[in-house]
Amino acid sequence: MTVSLPRNAVLGGSLAVVAALALSACGAAPDNASTTTKDGKSAATATSAAAFGGMDALVQAAKKEGTLHIIAVPRDWANYGAIIDGFQKKYGIKIEDESPDGTSQDEINAVTSRKGQDRAPDVLDLGSSFALSAAQQGLLAPYKVASYGDIPEAQKDPQARWYNDYGGYISIGCDDKRVKECPTSFKDLLKPEYKGQVALNGNPTKSGSAFGGVYAAALANGGSFDDIQPGLDFFAKLKKSGNYTPVESTPATVEKGETPISIDWDYLNAGYADEFRSKGLDWKVAIPTDGQYAQYYSQAITKDAPHPAAARLWQEYLYSAEGQNLWLKGYARPALMAALQKAGTLDTAAAAKLPKVTGTPSFPTEAQQSKAKTVIAQGWGKAVSG
Amino acid sequence: MTAALTRADVAPVASAKRRRRAPGWLAVVPLLVFVAIAFGLPALAIVYGAFSVQGHYGTQNLTDSLQGPYLTALLGSVKLSATAAALGALLGLPLAQAVVSSRSRWLREAVLTASGVLANFGGVPLAFAFVATLGNAGVLTVHLGLKDDGWDLYSFWGLVLVYLYFLIPLMVLTITPALDGLRTQWREAALNNGATGVQYWRHVALPVLAPSLLGGLVLLFGSAFAAYATAAAMVGSAVPLVTLQIADALSGNVLVGQENIALALSLDMVLVAGVVMAVYLPLQRRSARWLDA
Repeated sequence: MTVSLPRNAVLGGSLAVVAALALSACGAAPDNASTTTKDGKSAATATSAAAFGGMDALVQAAKKEGTLHIIAVPRDWANYGAIIDGFQKKYGIKIEDESPDGTSQDEINAVTSRKGQDRAPDVLDLGSSFALSAAQQGLLAPYKVASYGDIPEAQKDPQARWYNDYGGYISIGCDDKRVKECPTSFKDLLKPEYKGQVALNGNPTKSGSAFGGVYAAALANGGSFDDIQPGLDFFAKLKKSGNYTPVESTPATVEKGETPISIDWDYLNAGYADEFRSKGLDWKVAIPTDGQYAQYYSQAITKDAPHPAAARLWQEYLYSAEGQNLWLKGYARPALMAALQKAGTLDTAAAAKLPKVTGTPSFPTEAQQSKAKTVIAQGWGKAVSG
Repeated sequence: MTAALTRADVAPVASAKRRRRAPGWLAVVPLLVFVAIAFGLPALAIVYGAFSVQGHYGTQNLTDSLQGPYLTALLGSVKLSATAAALGALLGLPLAQAVVSSRSRWLREAVLTASGVLANFGGVPLAFAFVATLGNAGVLTVHLGLKDDGWDLYSFWGLVLVYLYFLIPLMVLTITPALDGLRTQWREAALNNGATGVQYWRHVALPVLAPSLLGGLVLLFGSAFAAYATAAAMVGSAVPLVTLQIADALSGNVLVGQENIALALSLDMVLVAGVVMAVYLPLQRRSARWLDA
């Protein structure tokens, strides 16, 4: 007699290894014949729509492939649901969304372990450091969308292997009915009335938004991009005061009142507000006045994408005015926001609904980020355990 | 455990076995193949990965896995599992004894069936059952005002409580056959010789049961040590546990390139489990002499 349920960590890990060993040997190679045009241009190596013979040729080739395989894209994240539906409707291409709650690391694992199979992901939505490391490992295909030139210089790879698409600020979401007065700054969070109510969306060594939360807390408490330690100290203080709750906030915990105050990306918190208004929940969103931290996610095409034309068409869709405005409707700030405003194609009503921020966002460099990550990996457990 | 067999029953079975031994090993081949593929290969992959540092052989991963937050998590796991296993054994033993000595067939079957189900109730459903009952906005927490008394489900002791929910039934299942093996004659003999009930338990029953108890303890420890989903859903990073650290290293949005450290941590876990088993095996041989006779 054995107990099998709680063992899934160890067993799951082992089985994954076995599966990887077994599957990598016998996976079927994708049939790429349909993605070559009559004059011999292959979608898998096309570095722009123009190089493939124009948008029409790309659309045609993508329709022929018929499917797009994406991974780790939750429908309730930054309006992704509407974007997926929009793409499917516009081009009649079926999207298979695998493990929607997966992480950037899961995406990279899927790419490396299924190399050459038709189940491999076509496109990736990655945290910026994963995009960098994936590009260095040679997993990404360079491709310039039509609006590549409009993406801000600091937010794209010069070789066009990845570029930022949407992002947002760290915000404080708050259940106005359970909490007497909603906090608007990190300093507020320390007030004794918020006992057991302040949550993060995960563990900062694992979740990007929780990592951003600690970075923002650092900025609010005398830290800088070079020094994230004050953020750790802040959460240690929050834990000591009893205000910090280790429950990771999700739509479910928000709805049930288990996490009445949740530090998360503003587009997620604002999305919850919309989602729960009909259920009688008054979810307020504030960008903390004392610590503002913004971060963007990056898009990339995998080098061995089984549906290379559909993958490229998906990028064109995401970086079209239509795709970018759909991010905006999900309260995410699109990378092309300034360009759309200039061109007059910005959805101004949606832009006006974004949580207000003062000033322009600045970003830590890659070196600053990796240093901060080391500090968090070493210190987070100590800060909030016990 | 075949406690009901008498000596007369045992002898012919044993000789029959001896006669059929020659082709017997063939029947085991499928099992060996299964073990080699399902356990041997992953184990080798873990060892291989744990010792590769950026494509070369090295011990850096193992060194890292025994330092800083990883060491804290490993010790945290051992502490949590040991506490939960000890409490589970302490509470499960009297419960099993009460059921065995009640002589009610109905009660016995009900308890054993329920234990079989509950011992396998773990993971996320268990965590959410407790969150809904005893979490910050849980039914009991709100109705009884537990929060003002300092109750916190998302802590070390909260996790111990949740683990006991499946560890106590597991202990009942494990120890009941051993309790059945205690002969009533032993008790009668002890009482006839003027021993008190306490003396009987101290000098006769517990020494005979000790290896089975320890075996149960080892099983409970292993079960708690390897538990992941319940803790992940409930406490996140608030209680440092090695399984959670492995998950963080294997899949995340923040740290890049930690996979081999996760494998090194898995290897540490295998070693801890091995040490615990090493204590148990020699003792189990001793108890078999009494309980199977």
